[in-house]
Amino acid sequence: MTKAYDRVLAARSADKISIQNLVAGITEDFMELHGDHAYGDDPAVYAGIGTIGGEPVTITSIQKGNNTDENIKRHFGSAEPDGYRKALRLMKQAEKFNRPIINLINTPGAYPGVDAEYKGQGYMIAQSIIQGLKLSVPYISVIVGEGGSGGALALAVGDTVWAFENSVYSILSPEGYATILWKDSSKAADAAEQMQLTPKDLLSNEIIDKIVPEVNDSESMQNFKNALIDKINELKKLPKEELLAKRHARYRKFN
Amino acid sequence: MSKNKEDLQALMDQIPDNLFVKCPICKENFYNKKLGIYKVCPNCGFGFRLGADERIKLTCDKFKPIDEDVVAPERFLNDKKYAGKLEKSKKVTNLNESVQTGIAKIGDQEFGLGVMDWRFIMGSLGTATGEKLARLFEKCTKKGLPVVVFSCSGGARMQEGIHSLMQMAKVSQAVSDHAAKGLLYISVLTDPTTGGVTASYAMEGDINLSEPHTLIGFAGRRVIEKTIQQRPPKDFQRAETLLKNGFLDAIIKRSDMKSVLAKLLAWN
Ligand SMILES: [Zn+2]
Repeated sequence: MTKAYDRVLAARSADKISIQNLVAGITEDFMELHGDHAYGDDPAVYAGIGTIGGEPVTITSIQKGNNTDENIKRHFGSAEPDGYRKALRLMKQAEKFNRPIINLINTPGAYPGVDAEYKGQGYMIAQSIIQGLKLSVPYISVIVGEGGSGGALALAVGDTVWAFENSVYSILSPEGYATILWKDSSKAADAAEQMQLTPKDLLSNEIIDKIVPEVNDSESMQNFKNALIDKINELKKLPKEELLAKRHARYRKFN
Repeated sequence: MSKNKEDLQALMDQIPDNLFVKCPICKENFYNKKLGIYKVCPNCGFGFRLGADERIKLTCDKFKPIDEDVVAPERFLNDKKYAGKLEKSKKVTNLNESVQTGIAKIGDQEFGLGVMDWRFIMGSLGTATGEKLARLFEKCTKKGLPVVVFSCSGGARMQEGIHSLMQMAKVSQAVSDHAAKGLLYISVLTDPTTGGVTASYAMEGDINLSEPHTLIGFAGRRVIEKTIQQRPPKDFQRAETLLKNGFLDAIIKRSDMKSVLAKLLAWN
């Protein structure tokens, strides 16, 4: 077993804090808001408005289930187009009311289903990216567990992207990578090593900006919350043009 | 084997395999000359894949390439297998990356043109591909020109990992800045357009066009089959289905593409 693959397994671990518990821990009050106001309500996307340090924020997230039933409903944390439409709707609402956005991500990737394709999975991810990049409010994304491909990027195009200590962010799963490039899914561990998907690698490649110590007790929860408050305050101070210019530079530099 | 049969076999062996082609859509076999200059199935209208050079010739009257010096960054070339693939693709396509970009003209109408080439590592979106496309949009934003991009891609390039994923954001923000200046972007999704390209600039046009029977999708068919444990229908992820479901503005015959683009460019 390789070190990188240990990180993959830790990111997928059933012991990982659930997104609901994380939201409950960082907010003083939170109300879930449902639906995309167009077609449906994807349970894989958990979103709403809450307060952090007394200030309202919009939180959107992609979440796995806490048990088999929930996992089936949420497609093991794989969102459908309705889910991305819901997230984008609420992010645009946040912009309207000048609220910061916090996105919490734990997804192996967008759901590969027939209906998802019919309803425009590619289109909705594209729109989440292109519209998300221009939202003129502080926008923080945190990879909590798995950050799988375009399905994760859709909610990770803001001012700063953080990753939990036990998380991975990659173009596809190491199993998929090994299958496509080496025609052998059993080489997932070797793939993980090569893919530079650990928080440390991601930080040194400037894909992420910060590694968040794993949240597993009240102290680490409070530290995470404080880090979010500090970052929101820092981003709020920037005039909107400067906020957007800095964000633009963040994504322009990947060459 | 009789002498005659041997002769016949010898004669057959001399006929190149590519003299007869089978349409992947309607399964019809025909003599390849029947494809014509547009390389279209005479039976069902499916457009066979074109190299960027062929596509450019069919699409505009004049073309001046830009940014031909942009190549995959040095840091990826330690992967010898990948470096070899790049070299091979360069030789086959005469391009330095999976997209050719430049300033084109149809008649007097000037516009930015990007054309992806499937022969270059399946038209995958690498760092340099993204850089060329971002620069094309940026240049056209400055010059006040519309942009047309012909996508043809298997998606983000696996060999460049997460850096390829970031190109989806980089190109998208260049598209957005171009749009903010009130400029037109026509995206033409050609066979095949999948993965991270569908999930970014290919689906960000003011007008999204395609050709008959083009494969367009996000997730790969095999991944979907494995997930749902059944086979999706035949017309799944084809342009006609996307048109019906509301994700394309129109499906254009290849022989009409140039005149349709000319019209849309003139109107916007
Ligand atoms: Zn045909």
